[in-house]
Amino acid sequence: MNHKIKLLLLLSFLWTVPAVAQAQGVKNPAPLTAMDIVKKANHMSYYQGKDGRATVGMRIIDSQGRTRIRQFVILRKDEGKTDGEQKFYVYFTRPADVKKMVFMVIKHIGRDDDRWLYLPALDLVKRIAASDQRTSFVGSNFFYEDVSGRDINADSHKIVSQNKNYYVIENKPKDPNSVEFASYKSWIHKATFLPLKVEYYDAKGKVLRRYAALKVAMVAGYPTVISSVMENLQTGGKTLMSYSEVKYNIGLPDNIFTERYLRKVPRKYLR
Amino acid sequence: MYRTIVALILMILPQGVLAQEIKLPQGLSGLSTMPAATTLGEDDGLPFDLSGFIESRIGTRLQNDPYEKQTSIGETRLQIGIEKDFSNLTANLVTDFIYDPVQDNYALNLQTGQGFVDIREANLVFSPFSFMDVKIGRQILTWGTGDLLFINDLFPKDWNSFFVGRDNDYLKAPSDAIKTAFFFGDYNLDIVYTPRFNADRFIDGTRISFFDRARGHLSGRNNPVFAARPDKWFRDDEVALRFYRSFGAYETALYYYNGFWKSPAGQNRTTGQAIFPKLQVFGASVRGPLYRGIASAEVGYYKSAAGAATNPLVRNDEFRFLAGYEQEIAPQFTASVQYYLERKLDYRQYLASLPAAAIVDSRNRHVFTLRLRKLLMNQDMTVGLFNFYSPTDRDGYLRLNISYKITDNLKISAGGNIFYGTRIFSFFGQLKNNSNIFTALHYDF
Repeated sequence: MNHKIKLLLLLSFLWTVPAVAQAQGVKNPAPLTAMDIVKKANHMSYYQGKDGRATVGMRIIDSQGRTRIRQFVILRKDEGKTDGEQKFYVYFTRPADVKKMVFMVIKHIGRDDDRWLYLPALDLVKRIAASDQRTSFVGSNFFYEDVSGRDINADSHKIVSQNKNYYVIENKPKDPNSVEFASYKSWIHKATFLPLKVEYYDAKGKVLRRYAALKVAMVAGYPTVISSVMENLQTGGKTLMSYSEVKYNIGLPDNIFTERYLRKVPRKYLR
Repeated sequence: MYRTIVALILMILPQGVLAQEIKLPQGLSGLSTMPAATTLGEDDGLPFDLSGFIESRIGTRLQNDPYEKQTSIGETRLQIGIEKDFSNLTANLVTDFIYDPVQDNYALNLQTGQGFVDIREANLVFSPFSFMDVKIGRQILTWGTGDLLFINDLFPKDWNSFFVGRDNDYLKAPSDAIKTAFFFGDYNLDIVYTPRFNADRFIDGTRISFFDRARGHLSGRNNPVFAARPDKWFRDDEVALRFYRSFGAYETALYYYNGFWKSPAGQNRTTGQAIFPKLQVFGASVRGPLYRGIASAEVGYYKSAAGAATNPLVRNDEFRFLAGYEQEIAPQFTASVQYYLERKLDYRQYLASLPAAAIVDSRNRHVFTLRLRKLLMNQDMTVGLFNFYSPTDRDGYLRLNISYKITDNLKISAGGNIFYGTRIFSFFGQLKNNSNIFTALHYDF
């Protein structure tokens, strides 16, 4: 291996350490509760950096092997310092029939999200009624909630086991009628607090859906899942999701998430 | 150090049962930097962005119409969209090439969209200041809160496309205009200036038969309307303004329009020719979350040409109101309802001015709409219904649509446009002979 690459690898490894140390809060030696772990996992999955951009590709494969593609650029900006309100700007590039459409979400905690859809062929800014968070996102096996995060207070959490690499957390919904699962387990990586695997079960303990992180990479000091899969074990379908051209702390102005930039694409930040 | 931390954690935590081993994702042990981009996107090497589609669409009337062809639509359409970004400027050109044996008229008219070429967009977009966006040229324009009902959106519509079953996008006809948008913090202002009046692609008989009040009978392609279109540059112009801001999740707007009725709304007293009387509109709208959905309301005061109240040949002043609500009522199943009112102002003068034996419109026209939309099969299939019903006109219009995406690019769809009513002259009732079904095969690229 080339020395430069070695050095780079070493550097990137060193960068991870402060981030990891911070995430684990080594200054506070009190044992982590299940809620602490879930909070950190939630932060690592959805709130790294003040803002970010990524090109997301989805390969949706049904039980018969038929494949559909989705591709979009996603811009994200967090409001405030606590892991709360967030804004998302999703610019579709594939397939051709949704190309140049924009989907914008302002995610609230404790109330319905605000959503807009911009249809360029009609120059129409459409306000969309908030939908069930547990329905398919753009026809994939990922739910809205998988993409934007599930309210950590909606479930009760328990550490059921752990080893040197990860904790296993069992999560039970506080309102069982609001969701399609009876419980879910998440395998959370100890060093990074990234969820490595999540399984959703019905009342009999049968697996309904399964998420797995396939590939993780360091981006500007943030460990980032760049490849993952969500399987629906009932239908036999699955969706592979890949992140590329990931950037953090790009200095997104607040007004990107307004009607102005629905109608006029903010190219500078989408590139 | 990494290991120390892990060991530390292991020490702090109460030891649980060792979890079943799972495979760690690639790249997690000794985290590496991001690999080179693995985009799915194709870079086709063109110096501009190319998109478009090709489709064939065929449809038939469900009954004989003595004034129109049996075939309601039969066309092949190729759309080529080109977008080119320069450093501070974006150029758009979207052109349709149409082979249409039903219309059978290939003489080019870019205003009415008649002929073998229809330019949908040809514009330049730029931002001369940080607080200002400009779009100049042929463009599609939309604002307001209605769903297939419009009060303050006075940009041209193509009612023929809408009724014969073209894609929904075609309800909007292009404008040749300059749109200037100003953004001052929370307050925003759009100014659209159209130097020469852009009329609707209105029902003139060539595609859709209608009740001709002047002649007192149904009329169609053998006797199309030749309207006197205001067409003097910079004199027969239009101005449309929208001043808007949001209050939290609620969007509010004020509107003003100064131009002409977009479809003929009067008759020349001496020649009898259809005309577009002057029109001013003052309006407002609000939209935001309510209960589990989105609610909206919009009002408009239509101030017709001077003397309209006492002139039976010019449409009266009107008050218009619209209220709507949309909600997801089951997974991937959305329902929306609207109430719409058109109220004639100066109604007594209108009644007094009508000649004997003339058709008398009621003071109020009430319309209710219902939209249902269900997505199926991983959102590859869409089933939709939209119904207009007017209790005052005792008529209505039902739109049905089903589409299925065979692949990401290829879509097959079918639908119907069903008009019903008891009176031959009412808004939708007059269109009864045009009820049709259609099917289309559409390929996007």
